Amino acid sequence: MKYSIKVPCCKSKLKTIRSFVDETLGQYVLSDVDLNMLVLAVDEVCANLIVHADMDDKMSDECIVLNILVRKNTIVFEVIDQKDHGFDFSNYREPRLEDLVKTRRKGGLGLMLVRRIMDDVEFKTKDHTNVCRMVKKMQVPVA
Amino acid sequence: MINITKESEENVHIIKVEGDVDAASSIYLDKAIGDALTRGQKKILIDCTELEYISSAGLGVFMSYIQDFENSDSQFVLFGLSERVAGVFEILGLDQLLTIVKTREEALMRVSDEV
Repeated sequence: MKYSIKVPCCKSKLKTIRSFVDETLGQYVLSDVDLNMLVLAVDEVCANLIVHADMDDKMSDECIVLNILVRKNTIVFEVIDQKDHGFDFSNYREPRLEDLVKTRRKGGLGLMLVRRIMDDVEFKTKDHTNVCRMVKKMQVPVA
Repeated sequence: MINITKESEENVHIIKVEGDVDAASSIYLDKAIGDALTRGQKKILIDCTELEYISSAGLGVFMSYIQDFENSDSQFVLFGLSERVAGVFEILGLDQLLTIVKTREEALMRVSDEV
């Protein structure tokens, strides 16, 4: 089953994205904690994308598309946007928590969370379209 | 989306966070904690009983103050986290860097015990 939503690329729409994931996957038998983790991972990727697109609170013509593909043993999330900020995942080095504390950095945790939650994460850019594809392997029985 | 209220009980400053702390709203939590430290509060509790959601932006706020709490000898305790919110702290091991207890009473005891 495939579900999709398209929202403007701005921080104030993060709640809309979270509610969509929550309601979509709420149709399936997932624990509250597992469901929250999946919502979190999608939220982190979208927030990252909005911050790097420098859209913050401004309403934008640019949009984010979220696709959720639910299969028997897998959930696939695709976050798609058109901004020119392709993320080079191959150069990503996870920061040490101790270093973040010492330097009082507020950022740097989002992608760490996503990598812990998901089984596979990849970023691809082609023809000005960025796609973040996340895969979670889990049993997904219908409620 | 987010509502932050503050109360003081004797010399303990309690910040209650309700709703969602995400990339859009974490600045309000940041300001509340920063203000408390600026005013010289030494015992700060965060009431999370009505906190429904937290993302890395919220975790980052707490993490960014750990050094300041240590430097200023301030005591900082979170309490009342739901299972789903607690899970977010645990996934990166932040529950090991912060003091997290179940109830308000435990939190108050923790700051009074440590004096």
